[in-house]
Amino acid sequence: MADMTLTLKIWRQKDRKSPGKFVTYTVENVSEHMSFLEMMDVLNEQLIKKGEDVVEFDNDCREGICGMCSLVINGRPHGQEHGTATCQLHMRKFKDGDIIVVEPWRAAAFPVLKDLAVDRTAFDRIMAAGGYTSINVGGAQDANAIPIAKRASDEAMDAASCIGCGACVAACPNASASLFVAAKISQLALLPQGQIERRRRAANMVAQMDKEGFGDCSNHAECEAVCPKEISITHIARMKREYFKAMALGE
Amino acid sequence: MKLDSKIPEGPLAEKWDKHRFKLKLVNPANKRKYNIIVVGTGLAGASAAASLAELGYHVKNFCIQDSPRRAHSIAAQGGINAAKNYPNDGDSIWRLFYDTIKGGDYRSREANVYRLAQVSNNIIDQGVAQGIPFAREYGGLLDNRSFGGAQVSRTFYARGQTGQQLLLGAYSSLMRQVAKKQVQLITRTEMLDLILVDGKAVGITTRNLITGEIATHMADAVVIATGGYGNVYYLSTNAKNSNATAAWRCYKRGAAFANPCFTQIHPTCIPFSGDYQSKLTLMSESLRNDGRVWVPKKRGDDRAPNDIPEDERDYYLESRYPSFGNLVPRDVASRNAKDVVDDGRGVGPSKVAVYLDFADSINRLGENVIREKYGNLFDMYERIIDENPYKTPMMIYPAVHYTMGGLWVDYNLMSNIPGLFVLGEANFSDHGANRLGASALMQGLADGYFVIPYTIGDYLATNKATKVPSSHHAIEESVALVHDKMDKLLYIKGEKTSTEFHRELGKIMWEYVGMARDEAGLNKALEEIPKLRDEFWQNVRVSSDKNLMNKDLEFTGRIADFLELGELMARDALERNESCGGHFRLESQTDEGEAKRKDDEYAFVSAWEYKGEGKKPALHKEKLVFDNVELTQRSYK
Repeated sequence: MADMTLTLKIWRQKDRKSPGKFVTYTVENVSEHMSFLEMMDVLNEQLIKKGEDVVEFDNDCREGICGMCSLVINGRPHGQEHGTATCQLHMRKFKDGDIIVVEPWRAAAFPVLKDLAVDRTAFDRIMAAGGYTSINVGGAQDANAIPIAKRASDEAMDAASCIGCGACVAACPNASASLFVAAKISQLALLPQGQIERRRRAANMVAQMDKEGFGDCSNHAECEAVCPKEISITHIARMKREYFKAMALGE
Repeated sequence: MKLDSKIPEGPLAEKWDKHRFKLKLVNPANKRKYNIIVVGTGLAGASAAASLAELGYHVKNFCIQDSPRRAHSIAAQGGINAAKNYPNDGDSIWRLFYDTIKGGDYRSREANVYRLAQVSNNIIDQGVAQGIPFAREYGGLLDNRSFGGAQVSRTFYARGQTGQQLLLGAYSSLMRQVAKKQVQLITRTEMLDLILVDGKAVGITTRNLITGEIATHMADAVVIATGGYGNVYYLSTNAKNSNATAAWRCYKRGAAFANPCFTQIHPTCIPFSGDYQSKLTLMSESLRNDGRVWVPKKRGDDRAPNDIPEDERDYYLESRYPSFGNLVPRDVASRNAKDVVDDGRGVGPSKVAVYLDFADSINRLGENVIREKYGNLFDMYERIIDENPYKTPMMIYPAVHYTMGGLWVDYNLMSNIPGLFVLGEANFSDHGANRLGASALMQGLADGYFVIPYTIGDYLATNKATKVPSSHHAIEESVALVHDKMDKLLYIKGEKTSTEFHRELGKIMWEYVGMARDEAGLNKALEEIPKLRDEFWQNVRVSSDKNLMNKDLEFTGRIADFLELGELMARDALERNESCGGHFRLESQTDEGEAKRKDDEYAFVSAWEYKGEGKKPALHKEKLVFDNVELTQRSYK
């Protein structure tokens, strides 16, 4: 396939306080083998040479696991390819002459830092509220002293594969962080190691999510549809059960 | 410069226990009086910050990303080794120690490696207690798989995401300490200099990557856990933000840099496709458990892989190394891939790749079993290459992956600068000239959970905290240095972007300081790199705002450092006129083309001392003593 020429409409915003706007750019010689972020690199190289400010976008591992990349591409977090983070989206999914709209995650709890980069530290604070087992280094028993059914362990692993990118929030009409929070609560609720603090964890993490300004879950399931790790909303159902139990029985 | 490795006396198996007893302690009530800076939040950094905070120290933990959970440890796929011997297949602490020393081609310290094997089991226990969902058997116990360089199954794993799960475990412990206010987490902040007072590490100078603000942070000890320097090669399996700047600043402040030429080229990565490419993607070594590596026997064979009949395929690892087969160590697998490609038998559009074929395993075990073990890796491959690896063999080729070299440390993981500790990939200590698969996670966590909590106490107990006034000239000098470098970069306003320079540096490094090295090539690199560096300082163009978020400025600063480090790597490679592990000198090979060590001349650690701008660094040698293993030619035949 011949190289493509694309029109990009990119959200530019100087900093947290300034208003932003869309700016249109043309990128030529885009190979189908490039990743989306490599195409953005090509644009930035052009901007540097022209003496313009580069477009800021968060990215790091570029293999779909660190969760640093984001971008709402043509209205969809991480673009149109199912189960794929932006960094693993390839340009063969686009065609010559396409107009592509690129925006940051939009949520009150994720303020824009610059252009397409947002502040996701709210996720860290939710983790700090209880996303752990309260054990210190040193006293752990032998690893095989805790047998765990393979099915429970596998399901916990499904939840634990969350990369903390925040696409679930960006896709949700309520900007809820339920899928992210549920993934951690569910992982630990499924495992014997998580039982001791099960109720406390659910109560505290959900409370912190509310405090950060994320919305509530009203079962739209948009989060599951865009999750690059395809984490199931059944974990949200489990989180709700855990939360109600914590409230009813007292955390 | 005096390098004292501080290896304890006594029999190997007793060294660590005896040493721990001799280390001075800080009493619990006094721990809260000490401040410790930890730079980096990967496996080593996060585990160290959490463990030190649990003990009661005040910790400031820095990372360049938006969250500690982004550190590149997260991308480690295959697994973590431990000497549990759960499969009952003959493993032991001694065997893990022996495999690691041998895998490293006898260029690491016996005492360090033995300790690593000893604490390996505690790491698995700790991980399970944190709730890490390691793979399990139906009986509920932990599953193991095999990795290169070992004939036992000692690798614990969580699908193809072991690094992610271990890092999230360490991160969760860290966040618990953040909630308790024992750790102050400072994200999106880059360490740009080390501050020394009276020769001791007492603080760091940083830049806030959102506002551009330059600040200083003071502490009683500084712990560097900032990972490796594989990105010197431009293309590597490292993350885009992985860099050597923090470690390089320490080197320029007097910390010795050890074995810089020891880099690991990982045999199973997705091949290079074009100039725009920003990174290479690793396919876990665990794939070699079930995949068979081959190329056509005939040169220039253009047939599709499935059209090449069995008897016209060369399963070269199985035929050359019958006892280890596809599971030879990484350096051996990589070099053999290069050999067959150089021989004109490479495959794929570029002809710079070999096949990794799962057809036999799929026939034997069924596609479902393979999908369960490696599904996410196969999906990733298909997304990048647009071919289905269940049907068509994968194409793979070696890529830069890990750096065994790093800042020199003693047995306590302290550098030659008092108060400066270095953990994980950033130090040089445990892997010699080649790291075995699934050992990086083990080492990072061993350092952070089980070594530094003991050894740092000894330093703090014996070194009275010095209160440094904020007006101290060392602080002012450091801040000025950081400002100057940045202003200089912004002032140039040249023609070429830093990425263009980085790509050129990468080409020089890959060509001359890559999988095979020789004197002529290394001398060429030593000419080319300084030339490129001079051009960089005259002709680089940087996106201009230093008071806003500006990744281009961050990257340009790091590339300036890579342009210096690359030269030191070439110099070290030239100086070491032997082959060992990942360092292959064409001048030094056996009749069969394997790496040939010269133990009489080179059984030492090269530790380089910075001598100032434009001056040749000085080489110091720490002799390696082997009392417990016999140095033999490594054989995986």
